[in-house]
Amino acid sequence: MAEFVQQLLNGLSLGAIYALIALGYTMVYGVLRFINFAHSDVFMAGAFLGYYLARLVPQDSMLGGLAVLAGSMVGCAILGMLIERFAYRPLRGAPTLNVLITAIGVSLLLEYTGQVFFGAAPRTFPPVFPERIFTVHGIVISSSALAVILVAGVLMIALQFIVHRTKIGTAMRALSLNPQAAQLVGINNNVVISFTFGLGSALAAAGGILYALNYPSIDPLMGVMPGLKAFVAAVLGGIGNIPGAALGGLVLGTVETFVSGSEWSTYKDAIAFAVLILILLFRPGGLLGKSTIEKV
Amino acid sequence: MKFPKIPKPHLLLLAALAGAFVVSYFSDSIDPYYLDVLTGVGINVILAVSLNLITGYTGQFSLGHAGFMSVGAYLSAAVTMFLGPRLLGESGGTALQQGLLFFGALIAGGIAAALAGLLVGAPSLRLKGDYLALVTLGFGEIIRVTFQNIDALGGALGLNGIPPYTTIFWVLSFAAVTVFVVFCLVHSTYGKGFLATRDDEIAAEAVGLDTTHYKIVAFVVGAFFAGIAGGLYGHFKLTITPSGFDFTKSIEIVVMVILGGMGNTLGVILAAVLLTLLPEFLRPVAQYRMVLYSLILIVLMISRPQGLFNFKWGRTKRA
Repeated sequence: MAEFVQQLLNGLSLGAIYALIALGYTMVYGVLRFINFAHSDVFMAGAFLGYYLARLVPQDSMLGGLAVLAGSMVGCAILGMLIERFAYRPLRGAPTLNVLITAIGVSLLLEYTGQVFFGAAPRTFPPVFPERIFTVHGIVISSSALAVILVAGVLMIALQFIVHRTKIGTAMRALSLNPQAAQLVGINNNVVISFTFGLGSALAAAGGILYALNYPSIDPLMGVMPGLKAFVAAVLGGIGNIPGAALGGLVLGTVETFVSGSEWSTYKDAIAFAVLILILLFRPGGLLGKSTIEKV
Repeated sequence: MKFPKIPKPHLLLLAALAGAFVVSYFSDSIDPYYLDVLTGVGINVILAVSLNLITGYTGQFSLGHAGFMSVGAYLSAAVTMFLGPRLLGESGGTALQQGLLFFGALIAGGIAAALAGLLVGAPSLRLKGDYLALVTLGFGEIIRVTFQNIDALGGALGLNGIPPYTTIFWVLSFAAVTVFVVFCLVHSTYGKGFLATRDDEIAAEAVGLDTTHYKIVAFVVGAFFAGIAGGLYGHFKLTITPSGFDFTKSIEIVVMVILGGMGNTLGVILAAVLLTLLPEFLRPVAQYRMVLYSLILIVLMISRPQGLFNFKWGRTKRA
């Protein structure tokens, strides 16, 4: 029983990170209808930005940790907006395949530029938050696992507030319903799309830092696997659906943690893809999404 | 040069096979370095032209080509390594016997890869664009993880000591056959269905084409040749590891197709040759190779989406 609760806790903590990344995929898909492959590398950039910012703040203090988190989120928001401006905006209205290939290009560019600048060897991420270990009834809870769940929870509530209670959030939802109609009622689509990229990238950066706190080894290709799995989480929950992305992330993180605790642990990386293929075959709309029919 | 009596592609195929034979006949007097480069070029041409059938002509973006390649590489290597000694006996057999064994191994590898292509093609019934790319990527990863877990095939360390059967003759012949098959397939009356599926799936269905059928055929044929290329690659490098067939390898093939211009066989062949030769000249800056590839992808998509070597865009323009 204790082991089960332990695994569940680890799974939720991993799932919360997947959820944060998945939110970025789902929001961009909502407004632009394409998969931003470069999102997983913004996640990597967030972790590296945190790595360098951590040198500027006092170690082992709550405020310092929050400053690193905020700084990295702002930096990645700018990075996300730049990517949108220079790589995706020139292709607005181009065939899907072209946009998709460009997104893969941006992703590879970030990864391999990262390898040239940071080197391919992994680095150790400093513990920016004070580290404590609690033991309750034989269940080990590290403060970083708690921090992940807490920070992710706060950010998701903030996101829900932005999307449903603010003017720009309303504009985002309008754009995702119908871009032409949104433009007709005076919404500046470019500003909203830029904001969406900024918001999603900030969440990815937060995910990157939280991931690095739990698995303190960062390298330029660290984003690939979590990014792919977060995408699977977004599809699992129903792409374009914000609560769905959060749910999908938690489910996927939990399933993966239980699989790696079993004798099938070497197949852990294949699980996410098996889930993806199954969900696309049997419920392409996702758990919370609804399926649509393509019309002429 | 016009030969009105015999169809041009058939004539070109015969010429290419004869060329392959001539090159292999004189291969002893050619610098081994050039032979190696030429072998690499030939394998990449097979890979790029076969992916071009899936992505370029049928419009199904696939990121799993390296996965198909690995199926062919592993299966054909298993045939020559485990089955070969039993069939050929202690002496190792004559050159003809070895050649037949190798041919059989390559075809077996191709068929296995084609079956994998059928498996991937089946979900493509429902998926398109982004989703299909992800599923093919996922399949590629699942294939890789599976090979890592099969101890009989060396697990994560891969297979070593594959017999060196790949000769320039096999590579050039199979490259010629691949180009021939893909060219004739898409230029036949039947093959117009591939282009129709790509250009407008709904319209193609409306005129009664079974687009699902075309997608699956494209995947199966493309995967078959990728499997052959994998077999040639394995018997050329003599050692294969699961990690050698990862996402990066698939991307490399995709870049060749995009650079050459999707659905342009000649352009794709040129791009495959160029991208195989380029790293040879860029050895000093090898670490920037992938940075360069990714920049090429982005800049091409924004400024020249029809590819570098496509000069007839007006005719094949898509909506």
